Amino acid sequence: MKKIIFLLIVATNFSFSVFAQSDRYVGAMASTLQEFGAAKTAEEFAAAEAKFERIADAEKTQWLPYYYAALVKGRMAQQGMGGDADKVADDAQALLDKAAALSPNNSEIFCVKYIIITAKLLVDPQSRYMQYMGPMTEALETAKKADPTNPRPYALQAIGLKNTPEQFGGGCTPAKPLAQKALDLFGSFKPASPLNPNWGKEMVEGIIKDCK
Amino acid sequence: MKKAALTSIFLLLISVFCFSQIKISGTVKDNRNHILAGSTITLKTTYDGAISDSTGFFSFKTFEKGDFILEIKSVGYKTVEQKITIAKDPINLDFLLKEEVNELKAVTVTAGTFEASDRKKAVTVLSALDVYTTGGANADITATVKTLPGAQQVGEQEGLFVRGGAGYETKQFIDGTLVNNPYYTSVPDLAQRGRFAPNLFKGTVFTTGGYSALYGEALSAALILESIDLPDQSQATVSLSTVFVGAGLQNIAKNKKSSYGFNYGYTNVYPYFQVVKQTPDYFKVPQFYTADFNFRSKTKKGGMIKYYTTFAHNDLGLRRPNIDSSTLKNAFGLKNTNWYNNVSWRENLGNGWKMNIGLSFSTNHDDISNQIQNQNNQYVTTGLYYIDSTNFTLNSRQDLSQIKAVFEKKITGISVLRFGSEYWYAYNKNIYGNAAGTNYTYILQDHFNAAFAEADLYITNDIAAKIGGRLEHSSLLNKTNIAPRISLAYKTGKDAQMSLAYGIFYQKPENLQLFYNSNLNYTKATHYIINYQKMNKDYTFRVEAFYKKYDDLVKTFPTYNNNGDGYAQGVELFWRDKKTIKGFDYWVSYSYLDTKRDYLNYPQQLQPSFATGHTFSLVTKKFVLPIKTGFNFTYSYATGRPYYDIMFNQSSSKYVIADEGTTKPFSTLGFSMNYVPSVGKPNAKTFWVLVASVTNVFNNKLIYGYSYSYNGKVKQPVTPPAPQFFFIGVFLSWGVDRTQDAINNNL
Repeated sequence: MKKIIFLLIVATNFSFSVFAQSDRYVGAMASTLQEFGAAKTAEEFAAAEAKFERIADAEKTQWLPYYYAALVKGRMAQQGMGGDADKVADDAQALLDKAAALSPNNSEIFCVKYIIITAKLLVDPQSRYMQYMGPMTEALETAKKADPTNPRPYALQAIGLKNTPEQFGGGCTPAKPLAQKALDLFGSFKPASPLNPNWGKEMVEGIIKDCK
Repeated sequence: MKKAALTSIFLLLISVFCFSQIKISGTVKDNRNHILAGSTITLKTTYDGAISDSTGFFSFKTFEKGDFILEIKSVGYKTVEQKITIAKDPINLDFLLKEEVNELKAVTVTAGTFEASDRKKAVTVLSALDVYTTGGANADITATVKTLPGAQQVGEQEGLFVRGGAGYETKQFIDGTLVNNPYYTSVPDLAQRGRFAPNLFKGTVFTTGGYSALYGEALSAALILESIDLPDQSQATVSLSTVFVGAGLQNIAKNKKSSYGFNYGYTNVYPYFQVVKQTPDYFKVPQFYTADFNFRSKTKKGGMIKYYTTFAHNDLGLRRPNIDSSTLKNAFGLKNTNWYNNVSWRENLGNGWKMNIGLSFSTNHDDISNQIQNQNNQYVTTGLYYIDSTNFTLNSRQDLSQIKAVFEKKITGISVLRFGSEYWYAYNKNIYGNAAGTNYTYILQDHFNAAFAEADLYITNDIAAKIGGRLEHSSLLNKTNIAPRISLAYKTGKDAQMSLAYGIFYQKPENLQLFYNSNLNYTKATHYIINYQKMNKDYTFRVEAFYKKYDDLVKTFPTYNNNGDGYAQGVELFWRDKKTIKGFDYWVSYSYLDTKRDYLNYPQQLQPSFATGHTFSLVTKKFVLPIKTGFNFTYSYATGRPYYDIMFNQSSSKYVIADEGTTKPFSTLGFSMNYVPSVGKPNAKTFWVLVASVTNVFNNKLIYGYSYSYNGKVKQPVTPPAPQFFFIGVFLSWGVDRTQDAINNNL
């Protein structure tokens, strides 16, 4: 009896701690995702990014926190937050490399790669255009190939075209069909877990609304 | 069973109570007590941490207990790791971070140097695109560099005349090795273009003095060109214009590890000369054939091997009135063949070691003839020696082989030690034939050795020094020299810095001088430069003052000797602004120069005829998006240049100034426009650019100087062969980029 009780106690506590561990991870990720979603200032973005990075370094085997840390940094670099955009983008890429090492050939990771390269292009578009256009397209095409059901490569392509002046081949005309394609994919897209990437739908809807 | 469950719940509660939160807080500052906002504080192996706020303060709570490492990170500072033990009490810690010397933040020495590449920083002064879009420069690197401060507006000779130095005192280097014949061979009173296309290079450094110990044999300035590595994509190109046609192919391997390419071009100005009249009578209309080939490959260890070769042949003949006789003409003919080869190998050797090996070989053959002709264009002799002596033939060959090895070792932080050596073998042969048909052969050979060492020392992010020296020996001169070079940079504020440079520079006398007397010494210049620069992505402001002392310049009278000397001093300003007016980019250069030198047959120190006091350039560029066209203007102004008639006075057996004067100021406006219809069609199969340009828009009369007849009684202005040059061309390219195909197939 004593033995059984002991075992039960051990088992209960063990399961509690296991549950607590993953619950802690899920909880921390969910709250940081919320923070990221609500972030407006450079400080708020930086705080969310630092949290993702801490979770990533503590967990070591999860690709998602590295992915999100890289995504936040990539967005910051695009918007000129956090100082020298080239440096911020390089840091983002270093985080993304860690995510890619944990989850190779991941469509979502190639999407963030595209965002990071875009940030570098935006530093000096005129002289960097030739150098970065190729790698940008390559990142998107690889993302599409890795997961044809992922709406985000199409969403990113649509946003990129929407923000490009018409004289440079951008604008609504080329952006809209891609936005529509992304929206269709969003309709059937189911993230593998509530923590997995599921962003971009509002942006695509925005394009479709603007391009009526 | 109940008991067990209760125990479990109890234990659970205990664990919650035991793990009450502990507050960890503190401040982060640098070692000068400046607040470091935005530093990240991490309790390693946990999720807990914080970011310091605008007062440097941070605070967070943790459930963790025991021994941990607290990590404090701030961009540009050394990361601190602090062991802490979390028990019952809150923890408060203040951190001082040490600044990390870092390539992005560290100052770089800029005295005397215009860096035009984006290797290290996103800030550029001039890019290859700038060379193509400078109005009136006609895509010539040298013509574009002439719009920067320090260079003179000399139009009758090729070369860069920098800060009181003659054109041959500025040298060009490609991937570390000297280019022996960077321009097409000289034609009297006509400046020639450079041989190299701007798009071959990713980096262009124009240094007007005080440059690195890695470069020698340039008394006044150096144009240091770094060739591109792999091209971005494969493409085929075709160029069609009023004066030339060309085609080329560039192919990059699928794995993006290697590439090769070649180009062929043919220039014939006959149709152009039919439309635009030229002052000289061209009995052989200039024709140029050029071909080049390149191969580039990444090495296994991430290094790079590049080979570039170019072959050119050209042919021309022109007739002008003879200045010594109203009935005679001067007929000048030139045939040139040039073959240039460059191999460079860059490798990371590991352990902080890097290696750069450069090899180059060039051979240049000139076949020059000058004839006195009568009104029927027939060869004549007059019996007057000062006229007949201009009847000659010159067959000249210049070969140069070089090897240069540079090793680089990271010492502490980002400080670097660089050293190496170079060896040149030069072979020069001139066969001079006089009017009587007698040939004289002159041969010069030189084994030139140099060793150099240089340290880039970064004391902090705000102070950097470059200290180096060169040891050179020429077998021809049989003399050795030592050239020290020192420069310092100090950051004075955000994007702003001061630099100082000092150096001694040596150059061998010109071949033509050495043919007469090989027992000459090196010519010598000492540079002192002070510079202030403020520069960021949107604008650049520079002001630079210099003093230069010339010693041992070559004099040609009474014998060839090294008794010449001189000085140059001045102030230069540069301003470039890409931001203030949206889509409008412009730069302004101003140079003030005070220089005199005693060299060649000058009777005393004189302001040389290629130098003037004030030079000003304004370069503007505007791309008008709706019409997909760029409009580029370059305005240049220079005060008049002195000219002299230096005559030999028989009675005093000396050279004297028989006549002198100053030309009228030089003022010219260059214009170019480029129409790029492919803008807006990223998936277009054909990319094409239409370029139209004209030099000297207002058709000003440009006078570069005067030439005198033998007796000094006739004085003729030196002018360009035509006051204006018009150009229309179409450049087509077809990208054969795989990713482009991929998009097209997917849409």
